[in-house]
Amino acid sequence: MSEIVDGTHAGADQIMPQADEDEDGPSIRSLPLDAWHRGRGARMVEFAGYHMPIQYDGILPEHLWTREHAGLFDVSHMGQLRLTGEGVETALESLLPADITGHPIGKARYSLLLSEDGGILDDLMLTRAPDGSIYMVVNGATKWDDIAHLREHLPDDITINHLEDQALVAVQGPTAVAAVARLVPGVDGLTFMDAGAFDWAGTPLWISRSGYTGEDGVEISLPADAAAAFVDALSADPEVRPIGLGARDSLRLEAGLPLYGHDLDPETTPIAADLGFALSKRRREERGFPGADRILAEREAGPALKRVGLAVEGRQPVREGATVIDESGAATGHVTSGGHSPSLGRAIAMAYVPLSQAVPGSTVRLSQRGKIHEAAVVALPFVPHRYHRKGDQK
Amino acid sequence: MSRYFTREHEWIEVTGNGATVGITDYAQHQLGDIVFAEVPAVGRTLAKGDEAAVVESVKAASDVYSPVSGTVTEGNEALSDDPSLVNSAAEGDGWFFRIDLTNPSELDGLMDEDAYKSFVAAL
Repeated sequence: MSEIVDGTHAGADQIMPQADEDEDGPSIRSLPLDAWHRGRGARMVEFAGYHMPIQYDGILPEHLWTREHAGLFDVSHMGQLRLTGEGVETALESLLPADITGHPIGKARYSLLLSEDGGILDDLMLTRAPDGSIYMVVNGATKWDDIAHLREHLPDDITINHLEDQALVAVQGPTAVAAVARLVPGVDGLTFMDAGAFDWAGTPLWISRSGYTGEDGVEISLPADAAAAFVDALSADPEVRPIGLGARDSLRLEAGLPLYGHDLDPETTPIAADLGFALSKRRREERGFPGADRILAEREAGPALKRVGLAVEGRQPVREGATVIDESGAATGHVTSGGHSPSLGRAIAMAYVPLSQAVPGSTVRLSQRGKIHEAAVVALPFVPHRYHRKGDQK
Repeated sequence: MSRYFTREHEWIEVTGNGATVGITDYAQHQLGDIVFAEVPAVGRTLAKGDEAAVVESVKAASDVYSPVSGTVTEGNEALSDDPSLVNSAAEGDGWFFRIDLTNPSELDGLMDEDAYKSFVAAL
């Protein structure tokens, strides 16, 4: 038996050499909760240059636990940045398509770092903090490039702080917010995408009601030296279990959320990626973001290929790297994420397909390792989001 | 009746001229939750080392190689309905296929259970 495809984006995302002991190469770094994960029996893998937990009990039970209870995720590998300076909102608007000056304080939003030709350099969350700074969370594998890009393009009087002494944990699932609120009163007062400062036994927490699973939940930034005590307290709650990167990937796939480096890359535009919602109205009208001409033309005429969800026939997973083919067998698109959906008990995927096929109900043929699979285009998400939006019943 | 093991983590249980093949408990544990298994068609001729079956977990897709040359006499149909049998009973009900051996001397190069245990312990 031998592995032919590593379906976990964790294993596939190796941007640095495997060997710690290679003195000539960059070594794999450990995150603040490394010992905590190992103490919990995590299987560790290399991801984005760090040792990360891929699973504890197993991807399947961890995935299902998060959909029914509360999963605790360590995402300290992600880049946490704080941008400060006079006019930081306007300055940052030159690099991404969000309306930041018109964005409310204390509210997070999704955005995209764009190249001059409109390609996606990274996807990120940004929040306007009450102190006038902008707090950003970017992907772990791209954070160094992002920092370099920001430094190169932002004026010198804008300061970029890389918050390397902050850990980041996410608690996700239908009972997640209640569990966190037992430790941190008031957190349940946030609605989806609200963010604010809290305190746990003297430890400052920055919490936003957001996540990457499709479930209700929060993401918590806190000092690295307090992280182990905090996750100990959280996981003492019987509703809360630690969840590895494997289930994080299957949860976000079911939620229809793209993963940078796989579903998004510099060759992909926001329109092709079906992320048009990231283009704020004012910014579209002013056309002043990178790649605006190309992106807005594509918005009118439609992209050549578009990201869609696929329900794959049969049980066999069709994974990243499979091709979308036409009647003659010629490649017309590609699968960028795919696998077994634990919640649905079937194979699902995300793929870029020709625009004519990018409507729910159309069928596509996929080719993987010499075998043809049939799939139907379906609306995303595969599993409905359960965010706690303003006006929802508690 | 005797059981042999390969370095690729297949087991083969030989009874007379026939044998049953599966993946080891160590292998299923490494793979994690199995969500799909494809077994070879009856009558298929396999050479030693051929890709005989496919097993996919949530994490990864893997080929299962035939430890010996021969002709497939049966595939484990139960795996198509319940691939998790490979997790729960890798070295029992979770077998993949049965094969008639054409060259029993090929078994000489395989490990016995003790040798396989030592092999795995060193991984």
